[in-house]
Amino acid sequence: MIKAERKPVSEIMKMLSATGDCNNVVVAGCGTCVTICFAGGEQEVESLVQEVKIADSTCGRDPRTYTETTPQRQCEVEFIEPLEDAVTGADAVISLACGVGVQVLAERYPDTQVIPGLNTTFMGPPVKQGEWYENCAGCGDCVLGWTAGVCPVARCAKSMMNGPCGGSQDGKCEVGKDIDCGWALIVSGLSRKGQLDFIAKAAKAKDWSPSSHGGQRKMTREDLMI
Amino acid sequence: MSHRSNLERVLKSGEFAVTAELGPPKSASAEIVKEKARMLEGYCEAANITDCQTAIVRLSSIAAGVLAQNEGLEPVIQMTCRDRNRIGIQADLLGASALGARNLLCLTGDHQSFGNHPKSKNVFDMDSISLLKMVKGMCEGRFECGEEMKEAPTFFIGAAENPFADPFEFRAPRLAMKAEAGAEFIQTQIIYNIDKFKEWMRQVRELGAHEKTYILAGVAPLKSAGMAKYMKKNVPGMDVPDEYIERMANAADPKAEGIQICVEVLEEVRAVEGVSGAHVMAIEWEEAVPEIMEKAGLLPRP
Repeated sequence: MIKAERKPVSEIMKMLSATGDCNNVVVAGCGTCVTICFAGGEQEVESLVQEVKIADSTCGRDPRTYTETTPQRQCEVEFIEPLEDAVTGADAVISLACGVGVQVLAERYPDTQVIPGLNTTFMGPPVKQGEWYENCAGCGDCVLGWTAGVCPVARCAKSMMNGPCGGSQDGKCEVGKDIDCGWALIVSGLSRKGQLDFIAKAAKAKDWSPSSHGGQRKMTREDLMI
Repeated sequence: MSHRSNLERVLKSGEFAVTAELGPPKSASAEIVKEKARMLEGYCEAANITDCQTAIVRLSSIAAGVLAQNEGLEPVIQMTCRDRNRIGIQADLLGASALGARNLLCLTGDHQSFGNHPKSKNVFDMDSISLLKMVKGMCEGRFECGEEMKEAPTFFIGAAENPFADPFEFRAPRLAMKAEAGAEFIQTQIIYNIDKFKEWMRQVRELGAHEKTYILAGVAPLKSAGMAKYMKKNVPGMDVPDEYIERMANAADPKAEGIQICVEVLEEVRAVEGVSGAHVMAIEWEEAVPEIMEKAGLLPRP
């Protein structure tokens, strides 16, 4: 799932102030990925509204009207259409969706200022309550079948494709002792399966053209088109 | 016997070869490079010119290499994958060869978070092994994309390996992978833990990799007990036994003791089967190299 974290309220207020005299503000959460990681769900919308109200009154501003809404998804137009009246009538929308949702909203309502309330961080699973890690970089050319199900692109600080660098120590990455060395995991996973020879098969330089380095990516499926 | 560089000539002759290291300055000073080159000239076959080591911006490896070459010191150009993609790397390597550089060390490179521009974006389009493979192809007249070139660059190709990194059981196979990809010589990480190095070399010999590539054992003089402790604690993959830290701490003249330890390590690793030479890394202490070489009985150079 997509992970995100809340921007500091000061940064959100700075963007709001730059937008002009916004008296009518919509705060829109998103009910899927960012709800699960406790960054942009209904509760986070409610608490952000409390925070911005406090920030407003601290600087002696007249109270604004805040409208709270949390559609199931902001990343698909059909889910944000019910917000149309609220959004078009607002001076600004603070979106607590990932960057995908923020952009879908901004594109659908080009005359409304849409302010991101989150920093979208990565794709990854929860490890335990309150902890997540990145494990997929969306590179467009999956090699997990050769690497014991551990991604060398997302889980190696240097995205190495041919084994661990010289900075792997006690299973940890040289960049930080709290980061597992992806290649230590790959080597132990492949050893367990008797597949260490899989490593040498990747030796050629990776084709990055299916990744974001090839410009904005698009996907079409003619079989699904109506 | 034909050879591309002095380093290759000595290694091929079967003599114990020595490379040193020259760290370019954090400035545009040609004079510093020249001075260091004059210090090392005659005491080694060639010297590595580091490529923004530990991700700190320094005068470029190729430019400093040419300056060193003009002073009579043969350079080993270093090329990392951190700062350039395959287009930049190939362009720079064509330039290096055109300027007469003949030794090339292919590295993945230290992560930028260690250096003085931790907010930068890294490249890592390739890693050391795919870089080796690409360079080998270039020397045969092919770009990475497969396109042919009219005049191929000429390099004696090397790589590094760290016997003290983990997973330990994968370090010897990784050296074999590098040899397979095109590394004609390997310089190791600095050795202080001799037992572990010997065990690693045993595994290397078991794979027959020492017969496919020349192995130069990395040694370095410690400057102080503080430096020894720092290296043990903070430098990834650096294994400094407590015995050396104590010797450094108790020494009346720590620098002399550091040189003495370096000479002892050099003599021990020199005796290990499959070791063809040493890589003497006197980091920001190039003037220590002549003394180390003298004490180790490695002068004059062949």
